[in-house]
Amino acid sequence: MSTLEIDAQTQTGPPRGAAQAAPRVHHRFGDPAFRVVTLVSGLTVAIAMFTLAGVLIYNSWTAISELGLSFLTTVAWSPSSGSYGALAALAGTALTTLVAMVIAVPLALVIALLLTELVPPGMARVLGTAVEMLAAIPSIIFGMWGLFVLVPFMQETVAPAVTESWLGQLPLLRPGETFQGGGFSILTAGLVLAVMILPFITAFSRDVLLMVPRVTKEAGYGMGSTTWEVLRKISLRYALSGVVGATFIGLGRALGETMAVAYLVGGDFLTVPKSLFDPGTTVASLIALQFNEATTKLDVSALIYMGLILFAVTMVFQVLAQIWLRRARRTTGGRA
Amino acid sequence: MRKSDRLRRTVAAVALAAVLGFAALALAACGSDEGSSNSGVPGSGTSDTIVGAGASFPYPLYSKWGSEYANLNDVKLNYQSIGSGGGISAIQAKTVDFGASDAPMEPSELEAAGLVQWPQCVGGVVLVVNLEGVEANRLKLTADLVAKIYNGDIKDWSDPAIADVNTGVSIPAGKINVVHRSDSSGTTWIFTNYLAAAASDVWTLGGDKEIPWPTGVGGKGNEGVAASVQQLKGSIGYVEYAYAKETGLVTTQLQNADGKWVEPSLETFSEAAAQADWAGAEGFYLVLVNQPGAKTWPITGASFILVQKEQEDAKRAQTMLQFFDWAFTDGGATAQGLDYVPIPEKVYQLVESKWQTITAAGAPVWPQ
Repeated sequence: MSTLEIDAQTQTGPPRGAAQAAPRVHHRFGDPAFRVVTLVSGLTVAIAMFTLAGVLIYNSWTAISELGLSFLTTVAWSPSSGSYGALAALAGTALTTLVAMVIAVPLALVIALLLTELVPPGMARVLGTAVEMLAAIPSIIFGMWGLFVLVPFMQETVAPAVTESWLGQLPLLRPGETFQGGGFSILTAGLVLAVMILPFITAFSRDVLLMVPRVTKEAGYGMGSTTWEVLRKISLRYALSGVVGATFIGLGRALGETMAVAYLVGGDFLTVPKSLFDPGTTVASLIALQFNEATTKLDVSALIYMGLILFAVTMVFQVLAQIWLRRARRTTGGRA
Repeated sequence: MRKSDRLRRTVAAVALAAVLGFAALALAACGSDEGSSNSGVPGSGTSDTIVGAGASFPYPLYSKWGSEYANLNDVKLNYQSIGSGGGISAIQAKTVDFGASDAPMEPSELEAAGLVQWPQCVGGVVLVVNLEGVEANRLKLTADLVAKIYNGDIKDWSDPAIADVNTGVSIPAGKINVVHRSDSSGTTWIFTNYLAAAASDVWTLGGDKEIPWPTGVGGKGNEGVAASVQQLKGSIGYVEYAYAKETGLVTTQLQNADGKWVEPSLETFSEAAAQADWAGAEGFYLVLVNQPGAKTWPITGASFILVQKEQEDAKRAQTMLQFFDWAFTDGGATAQGLDYVPIPEKVYQLVESKWQTITAAGAPVWPQ
């Protein structure tokens, strides 16, 4: 059996003749085995997903049947009197995530572009490693950092400066009735979340930006484009789906982050925050803070109901992202 | 192309290994499942390991006791500090040998759940403040003041009601930053029971592990509250005494049920434990706050142990009770070293007579 023959085989697809039996031993065994393994792995993920959804629905059924959909629009959390509502936590989750995304996404993109396009490779490696190391820091450390550094800074410097100036009259910045000085607040939690998701979005975006073909970019420069034009019209457009994917990984992490937020957001379960400087709570942190001491069936069930909502919200975002990506792909000519 | 052949072979081998690995894991999981359901012993571990879970407040003490006891008797204690509610759930589900809770279960609940409970140690909850120039135990607070601060009636440190009881102490004016627990907690249960008992006309939110706080920010755990008070100027919080001591926070004096001013210390906590009428408390259900006595610290609480009344394994139950017996008789010094009050002798004699109602297969497991 010569090398050439095998070469020919692999290039012309699956072999047909009995004369070529020897190398096909591996084909016959390797391909189906690999297919089975990939199928099993893929199914495991799908099964885990659906089982999780099933378990969440099953265990939250007590709360769903007792509290119904008004759970979503009620502000309450009192295990002793059996009243529960998710609105405050949902609002807090939305606000902290919004703060985190607004800060982290543009910053991450700029850093990724900087790393791939604008700095010499040596420096990019050093900066890239620094960003990746940021991703390896456990969330509890971010929580501690927030607690010991950011909270006093926000309380004593940022919050007074903003709320006492004209900025403090703007919606979302004007202190609400539950304002406690701004140290433990939606904004503090959002800022820490931003730092936490930044490395993920940066690292993923950098990797997709690195895959933009050099030739395409050089063609752009060849036609007289400025760096900015190449970045915007070639690199970013080419890497769009990857960047969106990176953003959604960050979003998922921000929505679900528990420990750091639990330390910083102020643990106010009973108010829909009117201002970024107000304390609040998030779905994930409320679950974490309440689960240990949840004793009654309804109590546990209400917490799992919360988990189900978080699960559903994440799913909706994923689906929306897919739809948006498909549309974007059509408008950019299929190469996004 | 030899290379790709080799690659294919490697992939196949890895895939096979992965499949076998998964299968082995699945088998192992099933196997261990069966093992635990057959043994009939709750929780994990051998007969020489006592498994417990619950309140975080006594955790430092139980783990210290556990390691001391292990050195003496070759019996290990595995205590998971998951919170009082978790401890109650765990003992009801029989996944542990004992549960621990800062809030006692009511006699009717105990009866329904088939559990026995007893107090294992007593500790104090203290108020801590962050006020510039105010040193430890200088600021005086009454139950009414504390209640009004925590329900939002008093918002500023310059409030005349605070100044009235604090002549000679210069308190920097400014907004009061109220800090409470954001997680459901036995400490909150003790603290709010104190407010409900000592300032009943001001505090209307009752005593519970979880309160719909009208004001303030929530810290996660004792450590969260302690850190918050440390970070925020003008703040006030409540923590277990050990946390205040460890972090060097400024504690306050309180006015007790006898109208006397007291400082938090092991001595004033002990006084509260000594005043308690355990003999008259059915199922040892006793809320230790606001006890009488001139030297009594008003916010004290006992931490309780919960076990199944019907034990499945007599030997295992005895091993566990021997540990608690040792903790009562020989663990006092360790407890005091960690600022917990040991249970007085006359009380643990009551407890041990209660143990006689614990049975395995119809026969009492104590005394052996």
